Amino acid sequence: MEDTSRRTTLKALGATLGAAAFARAMAPLAAWPEDLSIDELLQRHYKELSRDDMVRVLRRLEQETLDQYGAVVTIDDVRPIPEVQFGYALNLSVCVGCRKCAEACHIENNHDRATNQSYIRVLEIKNGSVDLAMGTVDYDHAVPKKGRSYMPVQCHQCDNAPCVSVCPIEATWKEPDGIVVVDYNWCIGCRYCEAACPYHARRFNWHKPEISAEEINPDQAYLSNRVRPQGVMEKCTFCLHRTRKGRLPACLEACPTGARVFGNMLDPNSEIRWVLENKRTFVLKEDLGTRPRFFYFFDK
Amino acid sequence: MNHARSYPAFLRDAVGVATDGGWPFYTWMTLLTALALVGVNAWAQQVVGGMGLTAMSDHVSWGLYIANFTFTVGLAAGAVMMVIPAYIYKDKAMHDVVIVGELLAVAAIIMALLFVNVDLGRPDRAWHLMPGLGRFHWPVSMLTWDVVVLGGYLLINLHICGYLLYTRFLGRRPEKRWYLPFVMLSIAWAVSIHTVTAFLFSGLGGRPFWNTAILAPRFIVSAFVSGPAFIVLALQVIRRVAKVPIPDAPLHTLLGILRVTVLLNLFFVGSEVFTEFYSGGSHTASASYLFLGLHGHNALVPWIWTALAFNSVAAVILLSARAKSQLWLADIACALTFVGVWIEKGMGLIIPGFVPSTLHELVEYMPNELEWRVVVGIWAAGLIVFTLGIKIAVEIFAGRMRHQLPDAEPDEPQAAGGA
Repeated sequence: MEDTSRRTTLKALGATLGAAAFARAMAPLAAWPEDLSIDELLQRHYKELSRDDMVRVLRRLEQETLDQYGAVVTIDDVRPIPEVQFGYALNLSVCVGCRKCAEACHIENNHDRATNQSYIRVLEIKNGSVDLAMGTVDYDHAVPKKGRSYMPVQCHQCDNAPCVSVCPIEATWKEPDGIVVVDYNWCIGCRYCEAACPYHARRFNWHKPEISAEEINPDQAYLSNRVRPQGVMEKCTFCLHRTRKGRLPACLEACPTGARVFGNMLDPNSEIRWVLENKRTFVLKEDLGTRPRFFYFFDK
Repeated sequence: MNHARSYPAFLRDAVGVATDGGWPFYTWMTLLTALALVGVNAWAQQVVGGMGLTAMSDHVSWGLYIANFTFTVGLAAGAVMMVIPAYIYKDKAMHDVVIVGELLAVAAIIMALLFVNVDLGRPDRAWHLMPGLGRFHWPVSMLTWDVVVLGGYLLINLHICGYLLYTRFLGRRPEKRWYLPFVMLSIAWAVSIHTVTAFLFSGLGGRPFWNTAILAPRFIVSAFVSGPAFIVLALQVIRRVAKVPIPDAPLHTLLGILRVTVLLNLFFVGSEVFTEFYSGGSHTASASYLFLGLHGHNALVPWIWTALAFNSVAAVILLSARAKSQLWLADIACALTFVGVWIEKGMGLIIPGFVPSTLHELVEYMPNELEWRVVVGIWAAGLIVFTLGIKIAVEIFAGRMRHQLPDAEPDEPQAAGGA
């Protein structure tokens, strides 16, 4: 009897110690709710939000940006324009590898300053090949270098996008105008899309993005350049907050050589249409059957 | 029989058995609990500070967590190598200990689920993956298939274990109709969990290292290495530590299976290596990186050759006549091949898929301390589940944990749901 009660006491002691140790182990989570609201936690998928829901979400996100980054921003839900199919083409004959496009993307899309993130990577490849294995992104010298050509790579907005297929929760999808988007408030951060993408077009928010209030681009959209939360995927959206309002992508405007051509492929008078009809174009890794909307071409 | 009273009694007694034991038991459980808590703490830091606290990057976006996930799914599937001899070939000796395999399946699936969950950037949104609650991208996304098959396998095995233990606790013979169909289902299901997990990788056209039809067969056969190897070692420990009179016969059956699967596994790896290197081209880059190193980057080379060496030595030991009479030799072979498969199907499979990247950048990955703490924590948690399951099973089968009936009359068998 004595032994039993001693055992019970010891067990109770063990359980108490265990519970205390568990609470101690979980203690770091106490800092979590700072960036986490109940509304956020229970928010439904983008496609399930009514107009009213969306307005509330947008105001909340604007407030969060003000609270967490000290910046006054406007976040819109910019919808696709009917009868528009966006396409992008890049002239490899004139690209000089200056990476102005990557820098413009960095600024326009409110990328993390600490990692100098951008949706564009520019490969320097020895002439005589378009083999990616022959390329490097780490070049650090004056451009263009003799005997080298340059190939910027960003999201190809594939019509048969592996990233969209693999997402287990439809957090990424193809919009009617051809742009592949991510609902940053629905993504669980499993990074399956990042593994599936053949073009290294997707980025993960490994940390909460760092960006100062004065550097934040206040012209934002829900599906594109608003400051992303930690732990979710992001990607190039053809600057839909600009292009769906008739403007051009930031990377195109920044290009000093005019290598970039963007527009509505359904418009017979558009420049993109002219390039697709008159130039020798190719897409990257065509054999994978991803059907990109990002084309490369040469002048001659 | 009043299940409303006897089932809570079963649970209460199970908790009692699970928290009662000698000093070796308490020491073991305290150690595991401490390690599990270290893992919990590391995970909590990761949730708040971001996945950037791990060594993963946009280039190598899956690491040690998914490596262990893949391996533990295999471990769960491998448990079926006890179930098949016990139920299909009516191996009596195996049948007596088959519960060990079923409990291993439960523990391993729990670990696999934990490994996926710690890999999520937003665990607070894990409910988006629940069918009905979130937006389940089924049947297109292979990951939704994995949710279905892993969840299903866990439920099936929980039912089988729970039902068998509960009826024994009541002092009754389990009724075939309440568990045999589930056992048969679990055999097919075991193959499905690892096939689907292989398809997660082999379905990606942009990753040539994974995009191979032999991946699923390789996964299955290596599961039939790691599963039996673990069970052999577990049975050896159980019969020594818990003094359960387990005969050598089931061990010999498992070793007989291993003798074949270890060789098959090596053969599949060899086929892969031949195809990669003989045809060459840029799709061989990952295999070159793994086996030989690429452009001065060779972090995984010692790993994969260790794996191949361990698996080869294990094969030689298992084939030698001495291992049949001297089980300690077989134990060594099991330990070697368990580690060998863990490397080969973990770090040796997941990481090279990302190196070089899809734009052929060479960025390497080695797990950092935080990732190791999380991984050790989950293995400790899995061993806690397994240990407690085994302990409860041993007490029930030995008749020491038995329902005390006020009126001890054996009653009519009736529709008794499992656990």
